[in-house]
Amino acid sequence: MAVRVQEADFDPGAELAALHAGRTDVGALVSFTGLVRDLDGRLTGFELEHYPEMTAKALHAIEAEARARWPLQACLIVHRFGPLAPGDRIMMVATASAHREAAFDAAMFLMDYLKSRAPFWKRETTTAGASWVDARAADEAALRRWSRGGR
Amino acid sequence: MTLDVLYFAWLRERIGASREAVDTDAATVADLVAELRGREPRYDAAFADMAAVRVAVDQELRDLAAPLAGAREVAFFPPMTGG
Repeated sequence: MAVRVQEADFDPGAELAALHAGRTDVGALVSFTGLVRDLDGRLTGFELEHYPEMTAKALHAIEAEARARWPLQACLIVHRFGPLAPGDRIMMVATASAHREAAFDAAMFLMDYLKSRAPFWKRETTTAGASWVDARAADEAALRRWSRGGR
Repeated sequence: MTLDVLYFAWLRERIGASREAVDTDAATVADLVAELRGREPRYDAAFADMAAVRVAVDQELRDLAAPLAGAREVAFFPPMTGG
């Protein structure tokens, strides 16, 4: 079980290998990696600000909630902060379980909560200037499917 | 009481500070916001639309009605865009 918040890049393959190294009870390993997207070639800068004292608490709470809801054998959240470039890795989540359904559902849950409940803010600079990325209503709506009784 | 008040993202930019100590008797977050807005135009402008502002008290998400008794740290920021 691990939560890491770091400025440095990470190696998703090595993280996944480490998650099930030396154990034989993991039947399903699911991961998601988020990247800095530049759809039209106008992105010249990207920065992730965060609230360090709250980030660790929020990520641990989200991870604990996932572990309470699904039978996970391992769970990983890695999230970067600081300046990033188009194509750079921003974050990853990985879940390990005996069966795929729990691993997929828990990974989706972690992502939905990270989007709207982890204290990170994205700032993009394009050829038109710099702006803070707006939260999407769809991200907030995605949380509702996980409300108790909803799933 | 003295609170550590933190600002992030565009709130930090509009207020021109990332952290400050505030001496206050505010009972709730809403009271603190009203007090800050009365101080200077930059606070008034930053808190003009509270629907666009989220708040954490001692690193836990709270709403404007949250009491401040015993609190040490209050943070204001826009909706989060992690992931």
